[in-house]
Amino acid sequence: MKNHLLSLAAAVAATAFAATTAMAQERVVHVYNWSDYIDESILEDFTKETGIKVVYDVFDSNEMVETKLLAGGSGYDVVVPTGPFLARQIQAGVFQKLDKSKLPNLSNMWPQVMERLAKYDPGNQYAVNYMWGTTGIGYNVEKVKAALGGVPVDSWDVLFKPENAAKLKACGINILDASDETFAIAMNYIGKDPDSKATADLEAGGDVYMKVRPYVKTFNSSSYIDELANGDTCISIGWSGDVLQAKDRAEEANNGVKVEFVIPKEGTYMWFDNLAIPADAKNVEEAHVFINYLMKPEIIAKASNYVQYANGNLASQKFLDKEVLDNPSVYPPEDVVKKLFTISPYGSKEQRVLNRVWTQIKTGS
Amino acid sequence: MASVSETQAANTPNPARWLVVVVPYLWLLLFFAAPFLIIFKISLSDTAIAMPPYTPVFPGFGAIRDYISELDFENYLFLTEDPLYIKAYLSSLRIAVISTFLLLLIGYPMALAMARAPSSLRPTLVMLVILPFWTSFLIRVYAWIGILKPDGLLTLLLQTTGLLEPNEQIQIFRTDIAVFIGIVYSYLPFMVLPLYSALEKMDNTLLEAASDLGCPPWKAFWKITFPLSLPGVIAGSMICFIPITGEFVIPDLLGGADTLMIGKTLWTEFFGNRDWPLASAVAVVLLIMLVVPIAIFQNQQKKVV
Repeated sequence: MKNHLLSLAAAVAATAFAATTAMAQERVVHVYNWSDYIDESILEDFTKETGIKVVYDVFDSNEMVETKLLAGGSGYDVVVPTGPFLARQIQAGVFQKLDKSKLPNLSNMWPQVMERLAKYDPGNQYAVNYMWGTTGIGYNVEKVKAALGGVPVDSWDVLFKPENAAKLKACGINILDASDETFAIAMNYIGKDPDSKATADLEAGGDVYMKVRPYVKTFNSSSYIDELANGDTCISIGWSGDVLQAKDRAEEANNGVKVEFVIPKEGTYMWFDNLAIPADAKNVEEAHVFINYLMKPEIIAKASNYVQYANGNLASQKFLDKEVLDNPSVYPPEDVVKKLFTISPYGSKEQRVLNRVWTQIKTGS
Repeated sequence: MASVSETQAANTPNPARWLVVVVPYLWLLLFFAAPFLIIFKISLSDTAIAMPPYTPVFPGFGAIRDYISELDFENYLFLTEDPLYIKAYLSSLRIAVISTFLLLLIGYPMALAMARAPSSLRPTLVMLVILPFWTSFLIRVYAWIGILKPDGLLTLLLQTTGLLEPNEQIQIFRTDIAVFIGIVYSYLPFMVLPLYSALEKMDNTLLEAASDLGCPPWKAFWKITFPLSLPGVIAGSMICFIPITGEFVIPDLLGGADTLMIGKTLWTEFFGNRDWPLASAVAVVLLIMLVVPIAIFQNQQKKVV
């Protein structure tokens, strides 16, 4: 309707000028981000400060975003894909290059994170890091101790050794349903290159899960937060911030459940969620203003304090709560960071092998 | 009167009448044939890292000959090579057959009771069957999660009635049983309504005659009521069986990781593997598999008319 009126006005005035001023009256930016991934007051403050309205929409899987973007005409101006997905989407021509003259706050970013991100976005041309984190083990302290006795929870052995998994079966094991990450972790665990795409390596990684499959209760990537918090699941492969949210929820519920997150000593997958602008975005100018706003140190610190994920903004660290900055699960110390690895995107044939083995594991056949 | 106007209409081409005939065909062409052909076409192409993620659909006019030589059925061949797809199709059919049988078992007595109820009560009963539609399907399936999950309402009910020890929990959620419960619950109205409409228009004097001639009620049911309601049984079964085979939402929300259904396999192909061509091939094969029951249904409908 608005477009219709606009084109009508343009026709009457017979100038392009009329159309641009009419459009300038309501500035808007359409943002597509992960669910539970921002302090909503940031969006309100952004509108107050800039006069740009934020239409905020959320998703819970990279696959869903990718399908929308690849189909074209998604209608979003800012989206937040994870590293390997970003890389493939850049290759497919989904995004436009950022206009860095409009992003003065880029100077606040963390060179080390930008360098790691360049693996997916060579030259940091298309994306700016929003948050990053690790995929580790979330566990119920009391129940795991009761089931495993003296075995310390500091290694993937806890989940991947069948004798341990068997003991944990009764209290509930969950595995993230994110095949690219789970395979990288398993391949790293058995001493292979986590970024390997060779069929034999993928199958060897799959074997790790096949051996403990009889003891796994669920494969999911979202409801495990609640299940950890209420004690239905006692151990899970999970994303750092999610597990910390489970910990908070359990504390709030005061239900006697104590959840902890650990980055196993063998190392684990480090992921990056990044802000990018689709090539067919309608509000490119506003998208840049929004991304620049999120790179303000005090703003992104507010988001990190809320969601308990680390961000890629070095200047923001002095605005972070102590519990967040000093938490080794959120900002791991240097020696742990060295053991974190990233993975490159899967080609379509490799992806098929991966998901085929993953389906076999999940269906247990 | 009627025949006169009909011959008139047949002799003089009437645009309005022509329109009435053409609209349904146009609808079918636009919303069934065209999308199907596009999907069929995609199923013959290859994946690509591009937008959209497959090789182009409609080539230039001159290139059509080269283009046709490039089309291939490798995606269909792949479906036969990997046992996953056959297993998934069979598992879907199994779940659909069992569910349809359960639906008949539960729906038939319901429909019979409705048809035999006093006629003043019937509209209310029909209304009650339709009532769940006023709430979104998705919300109703989510509600079942709340009922079936280990610390959900069902466990609570069984614990308070003493059927379950206080520390025991019922493990139905994320199993095939939960999928059956969800499917039977969701599709029940689609089974009951056709059965009811078949049973309701039955001539009750036939049963009276049978009774007068000394036929016991159970025998009268099998000899008279059931055969006469057969069109309703077939209609209800088809309306349920066909969408259940391709069901995705219910197995995804209520089923476990080991619940294998073709709808979920298709999801993985489309979203996980980004292989639109193979996903299209899976969809085309599913459609062909369902054409057989649809053909039976059509055939039955013709007999009724």
